Amino acid sequence: MSQSQISGSQALMRAFLAEGVETIFGYPGGAIMPVYDALYDFHDKMRHILVRHEQGAVHAAQGYSRVTGKTGVVIATSGPGATNVITGVADAMIDSTPMVVVCGQVVASLLATDAFQETDVVGITQPITKWSYQIRSAAEIPWAVARAFYIAREGRPGPVVLDLTKNAQIELMNFHYEPCTFIRSFIPTPPIDEQVVSDAAALINQAKKPFALVGQGVILGNAENELLAMLEKAQIPAAWTLLGLSAMPTDHPLNKGMLGMHGNYGCNIKTNECDVLIAIGMRFDDRVTSKLATYAKQAKIIHFDIDIAEINKNVKADVAVLGNSKETIAAVTKQLQPARHDEWISSFDSYAKIEYDEVIKEEIDPSTPDIKMGEVISKVSEATGHKAICVTDVGQNQMMGARYFRFSQTRSMVTSGGLGTMGFGLPAAIGAKIGAPHRTVCLFCGDGGIQMTIQELGTILQENIGVKIIVLNNHFLGMVRQWQEMFFDERYSFTNMKNPDFVAVAKAYGINGKCVSTHEELDHAIAEMVSNDDAYLLEVRIEPKGMVLPMVPAGADITDVRLK
Amino acid sequence: MEKTLYTVIVFSENRPGLLNQVSIIFSRRQLNIESLTVSASSIEGVHKFTITVYTDEEEIDKVVKQIEKRIDVLKAYYYTDDEVIYQEVALYKVDTESILESDEIEQLVRKYNARFLEITRTFSVIEMTGHTDEIKELYYALDKFGVKQYVRSGRIAITKSTSELLSKFLSDREEEAKG
Repeated sequence: MSQSQISGSQALMRAFLAEGVETIFGYPGGAIMPVYDALYDFHDKMRHILVRHEQGAVHAAQGYSRVTGKTGVVIATSGPGATNVITGVADAMIDSTPMVVVCGQVVASLLATDAFQETDVVGITQPITKWSYQIRSAAEIPWAVARAFYIAREGRPGPVVLDLTKNAQIELMNFHYEPCTFIRSFIPTPPIDEQVVSDAAALINQAKKPFALVGQGVILGNAENELLAMLEKAQIPAAWTLLGLSAMPTDHPLNKGMLGMHGNYGCNIKTNECDVLIAIGMRFDDRVTSKLATYAKQAKIIHFDIDIAEINKNVKADVAVLGNSKETIAAVTKQLQPARHDEWISSFDSYAKIEYDEVIKEEIDPSTPDIKMGEVISKVSEATGHKAICVTDVGQNQMMGARYFRFSQTRSMVTSGGLGTMGFGLPAAIGAKIGAPHRTVCLFCGDGGIQMTIQELGTILQENIGVKIIVLNNHFLGMVRQWQEMFFDERYSFTNMKNPDFVAVAKAYGINGKCVSTHEELDHAIAEMVSNDDAYLLEVRIEPKGMVLPMVPAGADITDVRLK
Repeated sequence: MEKTLYTVIVFSENRPGLLNQVSIIFSRRQLNIESLTVSASSIEGVHKFTITVYTDEEEIDKVVKQIEKRIDVLKAYYYTDDEVIYQEVALYKVDTESILESDEIEQLVRKYNARFLEITRTFSVIEMTGHTDEIKELYYALDKFGVKQYVRSGRIAITKSTSELLSKFLSDREEEAKG
């Protein structure tokens, strides 16, 4: 044994350091113990967050990644440890979140023998990862880790799973690390086609009613400034997908609101009135488009994306601008003529007024004693000077968070969009706070969702993480209840919940909190919550049968907006 | 939309698990793979999948893009029958006695450009290469004398272009790697 030889586990740690890893979310177990043993020597260089369930680790890594832009790192053991990360891995895949998950695996000689805590992790994760690879010897570790970070981060980001056999963690090897910069079978960013750039610019230049739909691709490409420059130069009104939220300040005059099922009235109506639809870093999800057969048929479609597989997947593009959004947007903007579309832009106003009068006004400033969801979100946003990070769980809390939270800086919305994972919120908020320790992180969750990962209050206790947890408690699985009311003849099948005393639960974990049920109590509790940087749980007893409106029913025309 | 038989050709790195990654893209869309042939390609270290599937152009286009998106896949292409030269091989087992009884089987073998691969005292094996319909035709003709076993391979195909499609891609990538 030569002096320079180190174990596979130490090699993993050194590879992490070489990749700039500062934070690891994880949970130890049998088949990953050598890695944890090595971590013991590196704990002053990398912060390890001990979660309470592996699902919490992946969602926390997602929250961390979404606010920092860095790759989230997760360590879990084999078998159940690995299967517990699956939901988060699938979530990261559909929401394009860069993440490297290292799972322990039984020793290579025991593979395929149904050994204790053995699962075919690569087999399970292949369809829900960008790359999934089993490392069977220590010598492969530097190569595989370098490749994992490169793949997770480059192009359209996503999760990578490394299935690390126990023998590979223990074996000795000569460590030499080279970051991956090239994989011949993987072209992360397609080259920009100048002709296409000119075609796109020409279409926008002749547009009378251009409309931009902005997705997370703008944030992932760090193209917020380029986007703003484009929109302002050609005076293009813009609307946002759920994951595109916060890429542009809420109060920017060209920001017309959110798209889709619970989006803003005008945005959905105008989708079917514009003459050129400019989709940027978004994938025409069904929650955005609703019925495809009647979606934006009148418009020429320009689709900016980094992922060629998204082009023509749901909506056929007349011009597809492939490439990194930061570069493509800038390239197109260069060829744009300064333009004004005053009449078109102000045509959104009448819809905004209708929506305000019929939905928003009462939602944020109720005339009745019951507290409303929009009111809570609006007040919390206000109390943080609209500078906080908004994390949501899934359901009504999420849609209300998206609708009523206001954003002044990018990477401020953390939510499970594509997968719609209940239980995402609490661990994601923990990860977000760790990634952005100097910002206020407000989590909005329902009484249902928080109970799916409520064990992560333990992580907050142990690591002293100052997240503001706002439980919108209506004693219902609110969104399902809303659908039952609207589409299932008010047959409330198993959506009513008998809940614990959330404030007492929080208190048991050393977290201060309050339960409120009047407007005045709410105001005082919010003031108390934001008065310091400690964790806080605010349980708000909201009206039991609140609805998220407007709503476009699933499968209806996108213009079929119901205001009540 | 009308369904056409497409030939999908996939070039990948030779890494375990690729077949699964490719096949789940079809199964997720409930596309039945008609035939599948996997083997080394003419390029060292590169594997080649030849897959046939009935579907429409819109769908096959999406499928091929999804396949190519897999990290270890180098390139994926799709073709209609008129764009490729393709072939299958079939083996038929018949009783040797029925060959001896008349010259009809021999006539069929000549007519279909087939050949005897093996003749034993009890059974004989006939081999034929061709397109699916020709192979099936010979099967039905032979079956009048009783075919004991019959097996048909998946399709292999080459394009009508003069060079291996992948070569340019690989040389371009090599250039890029050098920077």
